[in-house]
Amino acid sequence: MNTEIFGVILMYALVIVIAIPLGRYIGKVFSNEKTWLDGLFNPVDKAFYKLAGVDSAKEMNWKQHLLSLLSINLFWFLLGMFVLMNMGWLPLNPDSNPSMGADLAFNTVTSFICNTNLQHYSGETGMSYLGQLILMLFQFISAASGISIAAVLFIAMKEKTTTRLGNSYFLFIRTCTRILFPIALVTAILLLFNGTPMTFGGKDTITNLQGDTVQVSRGPVAAFVSIKHLGTNGGGFFGPNSAHPLENPNYTTNIIEMVAQMIIPVALVFALGYILKRRRFAWIVYGVMTVGFLILTIPTIISEVNGNPAIARMGIGQPSGNMEGKEVRFGPVASAYWSIATTVISTGSVNAMHDSFMPLSGMNQLLGMMVNCFYGGVGVGFMNFYIFTILAVFISGLMVGRTPEFMGKKIEAREMKIAMIIALLHPLLILTGTGIASHLYAGNPEAYAGWLNNPGYHGFSEMLYEFTSSSANNGSGFEGLGDNTPFWNIACGIVMLMARYLPIIGPIAIAGSLAAKKYIPESAGTLKTDTLTFGLMIFAVIAIVAALSFFPALALGPIAAYFSLY
Amino acid sequence: MKEHILPAIRLTLVCLVFFCGIYTLIVLGIAQLTNSKGKGEIIIENGKKYYANVGQKFTNDEYFRSRPSAVDYNAAGAAGSNKGPANPDYLKTVRQRIDTFLIHNPGIDKADIPSDLVTASGAGLDPHISVQGASIQVKRVAHVRGISESQLQQLVAQNTEKPLLGLFGTERVNVLRLNIALDKLK
Repeated sequence: MNTEIFGVILMYALVIVIAIPLGRYIGKVFSNEKTWLDGLFNPVDKAFYKLAGVDSAKEMNWKQHLLSLLSINLFWFLLGMFVLMNMGWLPLNPDSNPSMGADLAFNTVTSFICNTNLQHYSGETGMSYLGQLILMLFQFISAASGISIAAVLFIAMKEKTTTRLGNSYFLFIRTCTRILFPIALVTAILLLFNGTPMTFGGKDTITNLQGDTVQVSRGPVAAFVSIKHLGTNGGGFFGPNSAHPLENPNYTTNIIEMVAQMIIPVALVFALGYILKRRRFAWIVYGVMTVGFLILTIPTIISEVNGNPAIARMGIGQPSGNMEGKEVRFGPVASAYWSIATTVISTGSVNAMHDSFMPLSGMNQLLGMMVNCFYGGVGVGFMNFYIFTILAVFISGLMVGRTPEFMGKKIEAREMKIAMIIALLHPLLILTGTGIASHLYAGNPEAYAGWLNNPGYHGFSEMLYEFTSSSANNGSGFEGLGDNTPFWNIACGIVMLMARYLPIIGPIAIAGSLAAKKYIPESAGTLKTDTLTFGLMIFAVIAIVAALSFFPALALGPIAAYFSLY
Repeated sequence: MKEHILPAIRLTLVCLVFFCGIYTLIVLGIAQLTNSKGKGEIIIENGKKYYANVGQKFTNDEYFRSRPSAVDYNAAGAAGSNKGPANPDYLKTVRQRIDTFLIHNPGIDKADIPSDLVTASGAGLDPHISVQGASIQVKRVAHVRGISESQLQQLVAQNTEKPLLGLFGTERVNVLRLNIALDKLK
């Protein structure tokens, strides 16, 4: 058991060791300062600008940034719909997998362009290799969208009065070529040398040792899995995601995939410190996020290691805890750790089945997504945190009787209204969706019998989880839910769209409007935002919003399940 | 909006060529340098090919059993059971698995059965069992095969995969490798 604990400590330590220098590098990339990769990537970027026909020097205001982001996302949607609905006859389909119907394609494309990667299909039977490659493209460019729009936010937070916030194509292309591409390539190579397949051959047929004939699905897995984690996308190549022994063959690949998914979200916090020249503020943000992450992680590990009391009552041993849905090569500690990491940072890949975790672990996974800013997904995680920061500044300002100011700019009614709407959007989407689904199911349990794989409180949690995962743009699931139906495909698709674009538009609108305001130099009367006290204040705001919004729903699901089991 | 549409289309196409084309081909090229040539880790034994990481079904008493699987070790459609911890059907299944195990392994103390032997893995393809899961089957396999228990315990020890660098992760036994070694004992 000790070696399992050491394993997760190593995984976290590696993230910090990589994320601090990576944050500085990302800061340089966005500020257009010299880096050691310039010689290689300057010509590549030039080719991108030329072929795409964009002027990378033209400065944009916040509205132009949003327009360019939304137009390109719209085109991705059309491209994705075309490929997924026609992949049956398109090339690279050795297993003759069928094209998708409209509702499933809508759900899948939305989910991948929104960086969610919720999957209502199984890769082995539901996706051709061309489809997988297009989804892999979305994993790169949706992550780049998120990171580059976070860069706009960072630029807008600088201490000056301006409406010019950089160029969106410049930021997007640099994110693709200088951040995602090189790290994804290194990660893919590490995975390759640890037994992850990369082939365009279709299913293989083998005779096993006992003499039965079985088929083994394969594919270009290594290239896909590396960006799946690096971009906090999380969509699996195979149905069971990173629990699949070809997608995550051993403990080493588990470490690589775990570290890959956390480095950019953590590094972006340090990039912020570099760009704003406010290292202390970055450390406070990092501290708040880390405390939140640990508060969710530690109880989850304990609850999984202790095992299932219902199985203990049968009289067998549980030396490695709750093993249903878990792989022996990872064990309960690394699986529990992964389950929280993947939910707080919106990756949504899994190395064990969340549906089979103990009730309180399930609650912590849900809380990770409900808060959605303890590190958070690439780019957007910090944007959610930014909203909570604005709220904390405002509330602290009221408490001490000062005008709320953040980074030298006055926060007024307009910014507060936007921040409140965005903070309440997430609970609204989750609770409305779950409410409608529960109403349908309770009204006619026979017609919807295929939905739930588990009865009682846990069945309610399955529905709650699906909407939480959609709204957090996470993509993991309580996979027992029979979710490939028009209701789930369309409802989750709509939730994902709203939960992706509104929380991008809101913070950028706030930051854009703040950036245009007059800069007020810090004085003795300024509320300091880089102190421990303010860190506690942000944490309190996050905790209170989450508790008020979600406690009743959690009480009906995982908390009730806990008390019925123990 | 208009001035953004044409660049959006052109930029997407450039990204398509860069990521689906160049990036994919580089990874595919490097895959050819690995031992397995990107086909997954393979074991060749008596002219037969197995995937080292893909678990196999073992139902004969003369072999060490793998864990239960929600998809019966079908590697063309992997999945977990997704059963919740309090689901009555699920608990009934586990109870049956324990009973079946006790029938096949007489003389075993129920409290020594580790839970991994009666629960299904996440992908239904788990190639491993815990070390205790292997040792507890030694008695049965030794009896069926007429090999001494100590010799089999040694075989299990030889086939135990240690934590990474002895420090990080779990100890486990790859069932396929163990059973291949077992066949060689004859």
